[in-house]
Amino acid sequence: MFEKTLCGRVFLFGKNVDTDQIYPGRFVELTDIDDVAKHAMEGADPEFAAACGKGDILVAGGNFGCGSSREHAADTLKAVGVGAVVAPSFGRIFYRNGINLGLPLLVCPDLHSRVTAGERISIDVKSGEIRDESGQLLSRIQPVTGYMMHILESGGIKPLLRGQFQ
Amino acid sequence: MHALEKILAKKSGKDVVRTGEIVNCAVDLAGINDLYLQTVRSFREINAKRMVNPGQVVMFMDHYAPASTIIQADNQKRFRAFFREQGAELVMDVNEGVCHQVLADKGFSKPGQLIVITDSHTTTHGAFGAFGTGVGATDMATILATGKLWFRVPEIIRITINGKTAPGVYAKDVILHIIGKLGADHAVYKGVEFAGETVSSWSVSERMALCNMTTEMGAKCSYIQPDGVTGEFLRERGATHYEIMHTDDDFRYAEELCFDAGEIPPQLAAPSSVDNVVPLAGHLGLRIDQAYLGSCTGGRLEDIAVAAGIVKGRAIAKGTRFLVVPASRKTLLDAMEKGYIRSLVNAGATLITPSCAACLGTHQGLLAPGEVCISATNRNFPGRMGSTEAAIYLASPATVAASALEGAIADPSPYL
Repeated sequence: MFEKTLCGRVFLFGKNVDTDQIYPGRFVELTDIDDVAKHAMEGADPEFAAACGKGDILVAGGNFGCGSSREHAADTLKAVGVGAVVAPSFGRIFYRNGINLGLPLLVCPDLHSRVTAGERISIDVKSGEIRDESGQLLSRIQPVTGYMMHILESGGIKPLLRGQFQ
Repeated sequence: MHALEKILAKKSGKDVVRTGEIVNCAVDLAGINDLYLQTVRSFREINAKRMVNPGQVVMFMDHYAPASTIIQADNQKRFRAFFREQGAELVMDVNEGVCHQVLADKGFSKPGQLIVITDSHTTTHGAFGAFGTGVGATDMATILATGKLWFRVPEIIRITINGKTAPGVYAKDVILHIIGKLGADHAVYKGVEFAGETVSSWSVSERMALCNMTTEMGAKCSYIQPDGVTGEFLRERGATHYEIMHTDDDFRYAEELCFDAGEIPPQLAAPSSVDNVVPLAGHLGLRIDQAYLGSCTGGRLEDIAVAAGIVKGRAIAKGTRFLVVPASRKTLLDAMEKGYIRSLVNAGATLITPSCAACLGTHQGLLAPGEVCISATNRNFPGRMGSTEAAIYLASPATVAASALEGAIADPSPYL
């Protein structure tokens, strides 16, 4: 179920990180989630999949996830343990895919310029506050709106829909 | 309301919708492509049993057409079985071509429709006055199971294009110029409407290229008000029943921009971002290994006609590969009948059957490390067409053909 407070190490990326970098096209034929997880961020940082731990937080510049509709891009991040992605904006299909899978995609205009790779941060999704390890306020996320929050709190769109088809 | 808003209002059963509102809309046409077997998996995972509107669901075997690995073949096999099981008959198999072109060819893409496909370039259908948008596999499973999907009513930007393009300048150059000026994230979550005398003068093919590329500025959908050109195109393809929406006079755009097409020279998007746009003139003579003509952006009959005209009676440069991939079966047949394919193959082009082919780096013409490709496609992301150490320059079909002849980035004007 959805955690209201997220804590993890920061992995830092630039702006316009596209879905081909998040999950290269040549692996799109893979459908098994364990195989999909092996290639997370491979086009941007081939070491990422091995280095990412459960709950780690990906912080990026704007338009993260621009490009293709491949759900693999959201799937692979979730499968490798990413707890949230924080960026000033997201590619719109990636955004839908992430929320549908229950992966918190959080909008913050400036966090990428306020953190360093490897530092630990915490995000209180309810209050919007992002803090460093010493408790210092780094920035705030934009509030997650009603319907998006409802999907996240339900653990993604699938559990919500499953209720309709019982 | 804007025409795009009126489409969402109609499909959600409301009289009025407002920017930012979340609406649940009945989808007119849902398309699945062969990349995303997850669509079927998600359908099962939500316990859905039957597609609610199997007659409105189209399967496109386009990205892996034909399969080049056993996994791809197996994914396609499972899709065919799923469609059989659901009694859904609209399966466009590996012989049909790229989804957006197939819909246009068959007269399925019509004004006033809500078209949703598991492909980011579904914005293309704005060229017909439709609301076209791309989604992922689980959203598509939701549409299959319920017939509906939620949308946020987007802000809308109007881009007016006036002026007469110079010889050697096409819609692709104009849209690359616009993306270069505005940036790859300028229209994220928004709709983009094109208007102006230049757009009115363009064919459906050029309009499709324009709308297709709005995805590369982050757009959710695009729009061109249907006119006589649209009507004639639809009539020729037997599309008769549709409703054209009109934007109210008092509608307020989020932003209004104007461009003078007469002042735009041929353009290039240099590696490795679609908004890294420069005039072609700055890169003339840069050696290339591969020239690629194809895709939902640059593989239509008009694109092939221009390229064939440029290479006819000439030969491509030694050591250069020129891949030609017609966007659809109809495109291939028409190009054969008009002699374009003969001209291209005589000049040394490698013909690939209609599909997405190397555009997304899965098969049929991938790039090795250190290679340079000039491409009529839509993305030059790192690794998009093969190695992350290859460089991709995006350009018009004419520039691609001229570059194939010279083995280096070249101006098409002298060949026209």
